[in-house]
Amino acid sequence: MTKVAVEFTLNTREQNEFVETGSTLLSALRDRLGLYGTKAGCHQGTCGACTVIIDGEPHLSCLTLAERCRGKDVTTLEGLAPAGALHPLQQAFMDGFAAQCGFCTPGMILAAKCLLDRNPDPTRDEVVDAISGNICRCTGYEPIIAAILTAAQGLRKPARKRA
Amino acid sequence: MSVTLSAAKQARLVPAVQAKGGRIIAGGTLIVADLNYGADSVALITLDRLGLDKIAVKGGKVTLGAMVTMAAVARDRRLKFLHPVADSIGGPAVRAMATIGGNLFAPSPYGDMAAAFLALDAEISFHDGKATRKLPIETFLAQRRKLQKHCVVSISFAAPSAGTFHYVKVVRRKPVSASVVTIAAVIPQKAGKIKGARIALGAMAANAIRARKAEAALEGRKLGDDIIAAAAKLIAAEASPADDAYATAWYRREIAPVHFARLLAA
Amino acid sequence: MEYRKDYFAETQTQDLTEVGVTRQRSDALGHVTGKTQYYADRQFAGLLHLKMVRSPHHHARIKSIDVAKALKVPGVVRILTAKDVPQNIYTILCLIQVEPNDEPVLAFDKVRFKGEQIVAVLAESEAAARDAAAKVKIVYEVLPAVFDVEEALKPGAPLVNEYHGRNYFTYEGHHCRRVRHGDVERAFAKADHVVEEMYQSSPIEHAPTETTGCIVVPDQNDRYTCYSNTQALYFTLDNTALILNSPFHKLRLVGGTVGGGFGGKVDVITEPIAFLAAMLTKRPVKYEYSREEEMQVSSPRAAERIYIKDGLMKDGRITARKVTLYVDAGAYSRHSPYGTTKAAAHMPGPYTIPNVWVDCHCVYTNRTPSSAMRGFGVTIGDFALEVQMDKLARLIGMDPMEFRILNAYRDGDMKAHQKQVEGAALVECVQAAADLARWPIDDRSKTASSLKREV
Repeated sequence: MTKVAVEFTLNTREQNEFVETGSTLLSALRDRLGLYGTKAGCHQGTCGACTVIIDGEPHLSCLTLAERCRGKDVTTLEGLAPAGALHPLQQAFMDGFAAQCGFCTPGMILAAKCLLDRNPDPTRDEVVDAISGNICRCTGYEPIIAAILTAAQGLRKPARKRA
Repeated sequence: MSVTLSAAKQARLVPAVQAKGGRIIAGGTLIVADLNYGADSVALITLDRLGLDKIAVKGGKVTLGAMVTMAAVARDRRLKFLHPVADSIGGPAVRAMATIGGNLFAPSPYGDMAAAFLALDAEISFHDGKATRKLPIETFLAQRRKLQKHCVVSISFAAPSAGTFHYVKVVRRKPVSASVVTIAAVIPQKAGKIKGARIALGAMAANAIRARKAEAALEGRKLGDDIIAAAAKLIAAEASPADDAYATAWYRREIAPVHFARLLAA
Repeated sequence: MEYRKDYFAETQTQDLTEVGVTRQRSDALGHVTGKTQYYADRQFAGLLHLKMVRSPHHHARIKSIDVAKALKVPGVVRILTAKDVPQNIYTILCLIQVEPNDEPVLAFDKVRFKGEQIVAVLAESEAAARDAAAKVKIVYEVLPAVFDVEEALKPGAPLVNEYHGRNYFTYEGHHCRRVRHGDVERAFAKADHVVEEMYQSSPIEHAPTETTGCIVVPDQNDRYTCYSNTQALYFTLDNTALILNSPFHKLRLVGGTVGGGFGGKVDVITEPIAFLAAMLTKRPVKYEYSREEEMQVSSPRAAERIYIKDGLMKDGRITARKVTLYVDAGAYSRHSPYGTTKAAAHMPGPYTIPNVWVDCHCVYTNRTPSSAMRGFGVTIGDFALEVQMDKLARLIGMDPMEFRILNAYRDGDMKAHQKQVEGAALVECVQAAADLARWPIDDRSKTASSLKREV
């Protein structure tokens, strides 16, 4: 196996890694960096459990070659909030019982974050579309949709106060 | 298994790499899934440095670079008619990665954008290693296995007049699923009569195909229930759908006329 | 959510303080921060990857197995076949005396379903294990296969599982699990209507987001720790000890965190072979189903076929119910003999019927072995029973809710299983459902009670 150096930004920090050519970002995150918040469900882009944010857009890390992340900005669930703090999406998922087995939760939260960053006041349909590539098998989609709408509301409030 | 990755510096150099067993990786949604399940050694070549991610709309002509993503199509206000097509493909993450160039090669039942391009009578520009060539999409799709070794550069077509482009993707799970039947159609009318209808079907053959018999049934007629019903009867006449995990061939043939009729009646 | 204390008020405990109160899940913080540790969220130096060579045939005799070429693939460390497994033939529920042992850990003389595991390849990388697995050469003699429960029970059908000698599980000497109560044939003769219908279902895959798998790690003193996403840690521990002829104290299982199970992770499939591999190589071993394996090989909910024949009076009383039910166990027992017993125990549904005859067959076919899934043995039967109830109500022009209330169990009624009903609550459930759905029901149904049968 040949290894190549890849320099990228990971959760706001500069990261230099040697990765095997042809290996995925998912494998780099889990097997090399020990960031287990990104989950492997299907390795074929169907389940969304491995969703991460690259340059502001949701990406499937199981279908992204690590080498192609050179110079990119990658965010995983571990980078969503400072240690000890929770992002409003995380808080809303907790409060709204939107995480039963928890396996789809990282992907769901990151897919939702991409939506809210772009569209702070989404409709229910827009929330459904945002998580449409993420499969949940036990929580049920309704609490997840409700949690995302609640988080959106919470994120909008301070902005209004400032205005 | 060993995989190498390099970025092509010019489109004309890509076919030579592919001739030696290399493969283009665009969005990666198809090829990396293969690698994860144990493909053989391969030299991957990206088109990231060729500037093929541009969208141009000039004088009613749309030109899309091969590396334009579904998300970029869905964001472009000049391409509103294509938004339902882009939005029907995968979830947001797939749309952020998948390219229109890659979609031309997506195996059935995938390839909804290619079906839309077929209805739009698109022209495909590709480099064969010697020169840039152009082919009508119908010819291109029919030979796509062979043409895969070239380098698709762009796809262009005339923007359809307002209200003439119709699209429906029938799926088992809404949203996000592979197609049971995809129907894309451009139905222009002149003096109240249909002129130059083009109907494309996805998931109804090995690649997107035209429904010429249904088109002929519409030609020169006034759009109405009886004419729609007559065309609907012929919609799957040239199709050869497959059984897969999403639907049986029988089911695809059964529902194609229903959804076609609903699409035109709407 | 509403906690109604007015139902059965005199027998209800009225001082429950937690019911109806919202409490945070203890694992929620881990879930939303990505800190919850699933079995695969660990790294071990020198980890070996296990890939399985599987049967491409539904039913075949294994003539020969040749691993020579596979052993030469760089990175391959060891290859396991049936000969390496101390007690190769097992059945999960032997722990509760559901026997005989009928399933090999690794197939050796025969394969009985497509995807059955035969040879385990251990290598330094997943890719090497996969490459080597593809190079294992197995010669088969393909045998006729049977895929339908009723076909499998016909004389001359291919024999699926020799450990049973017949294509069905034997219940205390009987060919099926039976319930007998009253005389259905006499009741049919006297009924105003006799209605017979057939219902059937396909196998259903649980499709958990996290695929089935485990990692086994050698510890000190010849002990081994298994990190698993099984739903049944102790079933796994005990079965593994039996399969490996190992003292229980040498095996340790760590688990309980499951990325979706639904009954799909109660079989004991990945752990025994991973334990064995770790014991023989003295290295950590990971055996994880690919998504394709999860869909194709893991046990689904059993397909069922159910015939229901009912005797019905014009006034709405069901006087007889005869049920013939077939559970498709696939090639091996796993949890299906137990599921079939549950199916029999569940008939004729929550209704007081004076004449009942039930035969529930647990049938072996060359399909993927079926096993547990959310209410297995009951769910499909309920579907059939309740569709049947709607049909009966429609036939005599009776409201479906009133029809159910009329026939529902009351406390003190005799069940088909010769047990007196206690704690019945279906009447009240239907009344509450009608209320919520604003579905009008007559006064007699409104005032009915599970505590007594109105005359």
